Amino acid sequence: MSGGAPNRAGRMAVNAAAYAVTVFLLLPTLIIIPMSVGPERFLRFPPAGFSLRWYAEYFRDPDWVAATLFSLEVALLTALCATVAGTMLALALVRGRLPGRGLVELLVVGPVIVPHVALAVAMFLVFERLRLTGTLLGFTMAHTVLALPFVVFTVLAALYRFDAELERAALSCGAGRLATFRHVTLPLIAPGVVSAALFAFIISFDEPVVSFFISALDRKSLPRKMFEDIDYNISPTLAAVATMLTALTVLALLLGFVLKRAAERRAAARSG
Amino acid sequence: MRKLDADRNAGSISIEGLTRRFGAVHAVDGVSLDIRAGEFLALLGPSGSGKTTILMSIAGFEYPDEGRILLGGEDITWLPPNRRNLGMVFQRYTLFPHMSVLENIAFPLKMRGLGRAEREERARAALRTVRLDQLGERRPAQLSGGQQQRVAIARAIVYRPRVLLMDEPLSALDKNLREEMQIEIKHLQREIGITVVFVTHDQTEALTMADRVAVLDHGRLQQLGAPRELYEAPQTEFVAGFIGETNFWSGSAAAAAAPGEAVGVRLEGSGVMPALAVSRVAAGDRVRLALRPERLRILPGAAEGVPALVTEAIYAGNATTLMLEAAGGQVLRLRIPAGAGLPEAVAGEAVTLGWQAADARAFGVAP
Ligand SMILES: Nc1ncnc2c1ncn2[C@@H]1O[C@H](COP(=O)(O)OP(=O)(O)O)[C@@H](O)[C@H]1O
Ligand SMILES: [Mg+2]
Repeated sequence: MSGGAPNRAGRMAVNAAAYAVTVFLLLPTLIIIPMSVGPERFLRFPPAGFSLRWYAEYFRDPDWVAATLFSLEVALLTALCATVAGTMLALALVRGRLPGRGLVELLVVGPVIVPHVALAVAMFLVFERLRLTGTLLGFTMAHTVLALPFVVFTVLAALYRFDAELERAALSCGAGRLATFRHVTLPLIAPGVVSAALFAFIISFDEPVVSFFISALDRKSLPRKMFEDIDYNISPTLAAVATMLTALTVLALLLGFVLKRAAERRAAARSG
Repeated sequence: MRKLDADRNAGSISIEGLTRRFGAVHAVDGVSLDIRAGEFLALLGPSGSGKTTILMSIAGFEYPDEGRILLGGEDITWLPPNRRNLGMVFQRYTLFPHMSVLENIAFPLKMRGLGRAEREERARAALRTVRLDQLGERRPAQLSGGQQQRVAIARAIVYRPRVLLMDEPLSALDKNLREEMQIEIKHLQREIGITVVFVTHDQTEALTMADRVAVLDHGRLQQLGAPRELYEAPQTEFVAGFIGETNFWSGSAAAAAAPGEAVGVRLEGSGVMPALAVSRVAAGDRVRLALRPERLRILPGAAEGVPALVTEAIYAGNATTLMLEAAGGQVLRLRIPAGAGLPEAVAGEAVTLGWQAADARAFGVAP
């Protein structure tokens, strides 16, 4: 107890340092917000006034809206595919006795290790030939590959925390493998699976490198469209989009946090 | 008539030549075992003796390298666990934490496609059987260990399986609760007439609960018999040492003897004493004598026997235990029950020991 005061002072110093670093890292992102509400035709800081015209511009421009909707579609589909495939993979890695397990693990980790540019070039070359560039299918496939490792790792972590004996108990109760997964395993690893899906969504939604290569002139993702915009006409619409993207990501993270808290509270109620 | 027989035997289990290896380890080594319908059988052995592996092979979570398993005469060796229709209780309760107690118990019924109303009714009945009527709405984590294990039992019997498998179900409970649950499980088993295979490393638990006990060591079946047989007539040195307290004394056979015959044994550092040959021995063969402490007697006066010195006398109310040192440095324990009027002794006293031939079991020692 006597060490309380210096301890508290130390902790406050560490907290202050942490906040300072956070602010430093966030500042460039935050500067986007005032820049997006300036009334002029060019990006400028500080803004010369307040106007939402660039937000309106964004919603009026069919190009921006199309790119956004396309990115949303891709992200949702990617979240779905990566979560389903990743969960199955994680299960196979933990429970299965599959031969070539090491190879599968390597393939899963692959997209994290291989530079995304290299991956992007490779995908472009293959997709060109298969006419998959600029298609929903192509984007979803590419982003699923990128998101898969994160899904697998997140679900693996949940599975390691899960008591495998419960699956045996379910089997001994007469449940088949599928029923065991549906009624016992999945409900208990659900928080991990939900986090994994959110991860996959965010990874896809703001993925720039691969998207840049496999976009087509008429079908492109939001990050690619933003890049083009910077090249051609640095308008404050870009800042407006960036602001909304940031807000969406923060919202997704908050949603994840709330879901996780809810799951934890349910767990606490169980043991309380 | 034949149908009736089939029904009566539906809960019988035959294990035939079961072998399971993990790398170089023989977890189970050629075990054959017939379990009768309605019987309470305990698998008893030290840790690592293969009890769990045998139970998991019956349950379908392990598949044997050799041998077969029959349930009610039907070969189930390769049947997946969810199609064996056996009840199973694990050591760590393993209740589903996201379901209420009632939902847990109703789960096997749900998997069997029963309607909601019937599920609820039968789950409540099973909950009554384990005397937890009031706790159906709780979550497992809100129950004590003993209550959780009762729920696990209810979940395992709710669909009226012929066989209930239990892997050290009471080892996580404290002593009083354990003894209470032992009696409760025994009553339950009699009440519903289910075959129980019960794994334990606790010999007292096995002896008090089981109709018959299968003693295992290093994956081998050492002996199968009623508790009294195991204690009074152990067939191997391991069983003699594992069940109850035993003094071992090395010596050699004074004459040849067939199993079950009386044989004189020349004890190391002592004279020839009477014993019962458990296995066939030839004259001069090395043997190990197993003597229960309570079957040793202090002989009065100048009777013929083994001279020994009392090194310590420990009084414990219901009995006195003497620590003895016989000639040749052999250390023995002797127990004198209180109130039987048997001669006693004090530390430092020189006494003469004796025993009935039937109480000294001579095991042949592999040369
Ligand atoms: N899955 C396994 N992999 C490797 N060895 C195992 C496995 N299961 C059991 N064993 C070994 O088999 C032997 C018997 O184990 P077990 O049946 O669990 O014994 P018990 O239940 O009597 O303690 C032990 O030596 C144990 O280490
Ligand atoms: Mg065990």
